[in-house]
Amino acid sequence: MKNENENKYNEPFIRISKRGIPLPFWKALGIRAVALLAALILCGIIIFSIIKLNPVNVYVAMFEGAFSTTKRIWVTIRDTMMLLCIGIGLAPSFMMRFWNIGAEGQILMGGIVSAACMIYLSKTLTTLPMLLLMLGFSIIAGGIWGLIPGIFKAIWNTNETLFTLMMNYIAIQLTAYCVALWENPIGSNTVGIINPRTRAGWFPELFGQPYLLNVLLVITLAVLMYIYLHYTKQGYEIAVVGESENTARYAAINVPKVIMRTTFISGAVCGIAGFLAVAGASHTISTSTAGGRGFTAIIVAWLAKFNPFIMIPISALLVFLDKGSIEISSRYNLNDHVSNMIIGIILFFILGSEFFINYQVKFRGRRNENIPECEQQCNTKEVEA
Amino acid sequence: MTQLIALLQAGIMFGTVILYGSTGETLTEKSGNLNLGVPGIMYLGGIMGLMTTFYYEMNNPNPNKFVCLVLAMVSAFIASMLGGLIYCILTVSLRTNQNVTGLTLTIFAGGFANFFGGILNRLAGGVGQISVATTSAAFRATLPFAKSLPPLLSMLFGFGFMVYLAIVVALLVNWFINRTSVGLNLRAVGENPATADAAAINVTLYKYLATCIGAGISGLGGLFYVMDYTKGTWDSGGGIEGLGWLAVALVIFSSWNSKRGIWGAYLFGMLYWLFFYIPNLTRRSMELFKMLPYLVTIIVLVFVSLRRKRENQPPGSLGLPYFREER
Repeated sequence: MKNENENKYNEPFIRISKRGIPLPFWKALGIRAVALLAALILCGIIIFSIIKLNPVNVYVAMFEGAFSTTKRIWVTIRDTMMLLCIGIGLAPSFMMRFWNIGAEGQILMGGIVSAACMIYLSKTLTTLPMLLLMLGFSIIAGGIWGLIPGIFKAIWNTNETLFTLMMNYIAIQLTAYCVALWENPIGSNTVGIINPRTRAGWFPELFGQPYLLNVLLVITLAVLMYIYLHYTKQGYEIAVVGESENTARYAAINVPKVIMRTTFISGAVCGIAGFLAVAGASHTISTSTAGGRGFTAIIVAWLAKFNPFIMIPISALLVFLDKGSIEISSRYNLNDHVSNMIIGIILFFILGSEFFINYQVKFRGRRNENIPECEQQCNTKEVEA
Repeated sequence: MTQLIALLQAGIMFGTVILYGSTGETLTEKSGNLNLGVPGIMYLGGIMGLMTTFYYEMNNPNPNKFVCLVLAMVSAFIASMLGGLIYCILTVSLRTNQNVTGLTLTIFAGGFANFFGGILNRLAGGVGQISVATTSAAFRATLPFAKSLPPLLSMLFGFGFMVYLAIVVALLVNWFINRTSVGLNLRAVGENPATADAAAINVTLYKYLATCIGAGISGLGGLFYVMDYTKGTWDSGGGIEGLGWLAVALVIFSSWNSKRGIWGAYLFGMLYWLFFYIPNLTRRSMELFKMLPYLVTIIVLVFVSLRRKRENQPPGSLGLPYFREER
């Protein structure tokens, strides 16, 4: 006890305080770059200790895996767009501090209805109405999947983290049911490529590029979402509810309505991601159509502070790491789970670096009798700098 | 009747995995840390227990069963604690968002475990699946008289020791949280860290210890899965991850009471395996039946939020970072 009392009157070794003035942009960027570099070095050491290869060569191999041919570049772009789309979808609900970890399920629901359209309507509709119909249905399906936890959150304050998580599993089982229903050939337990000959419901090639439509669609969504979140009344309401529900109520914002509306929008965009995955990428449906991207996108949205444009480089980085890791795992006969390991390490570092951007760390250094004065001086110095 | 006993047995086996996970997570959440890294931590526990005993069995022609047990338990516990430590450093010291950090931990540890689970055998120069027969047999050893009992009793006494250990740990954690002064302090930290801080409770220390020990307990669930449930092999199909999420759900299902978690876990297990024991199901309807545990969780979740009983509520500061200067 005595020791403790003595310590109370001493200045602690490290002092942490919130930054009054946010760091200038380039400094914050620099901290993140250092974190990324440190993470890459650590990953390099780990890779070296496992497969005894020069880490630089490994990173070169990763780069080749993502960008060495035009086709690979387009696949990388396509997957970036997919991750971006989910991130855009999650942004409004996370901005509202609604922990929607059910993107996986919302993607699958969008995917299921898209696949259903491709299977049942392929003979009756032409490409454009077909795609529009698929888009509409996937918006509704994903939106409803997001809305259900939203309703319960709005009315009874049911814990949304677990609700959305459980909705994932229900969607996975529904997908498994549909796969069993549509399996082709029978007994394979997969749906196979849908409409391989007629290509009904597939995204058409634009200017000879099969994935250009994905890019256009997602970039449009990104712009729309940016405008929605930053320049509309509804976006403002989302921000207020996220900041403090009490404030929102005081400002006469209808909180339950905002919650339900936002969760629907959030789910709907994730549903579109499912539509992209089925119609614009894999042309099939399986329980791994979402493939964990619903979780990765949470981190994308969070790190970008819900800004759709900052999400682009982050999702590109993650997809690059993923593609690169798959390349090294096939080249060096490892398995492709190595990608998750590397992504995890890099995310740990980037997450941790946020602390140094938002907080100030001061070591005790020389003893100072008058601490508040010192602090003032430090702050003024920073303003000048 | 035999069907029913078989269902109960499958339910208890399944339930034990998530019971460890949820007991550890209950302890963690009582300190105000919502650790969504439970699936990852269970992965870590499973793979580390497997790796150490794998190397031990490989280098010793006659592995000692007792050494196997201790080695597996200790390494699984330590590896999971390290997972919890990463989470703590990031969320408590560096004040990152708990949900995002937990998910990252799950991504990382899932990759780590499946990576080594997949290639370990090849790295060691062997072929095929990794397998630790001796250790697994030690984990699955039953009481010698269990087989000669009548069916129901034989089933109840016929599990490996970790099934019973899970019950003991769950009861111990419950006793610790509700009946000791340290447990009271821990609850104070979870309910309102600022008040606890004012009462001279070291918030950071409590959060670190509760999260790391909780992670260690959760990790034993992964070990049990590897050693007993899949009989000493590595299942690369992501089975642990799904179980880990169920463990997180079970914490809420049991309303932060690990004693209630015991039967909750077994109920989950039985619901999960129910499809297997209903005759004449097509594969399609099987898939629909597998939704049951998740549907029941949702119903319980809604029910708990409807009743709003005070003792069933989550710890007050769950999921929020604590920064002294922000009071």
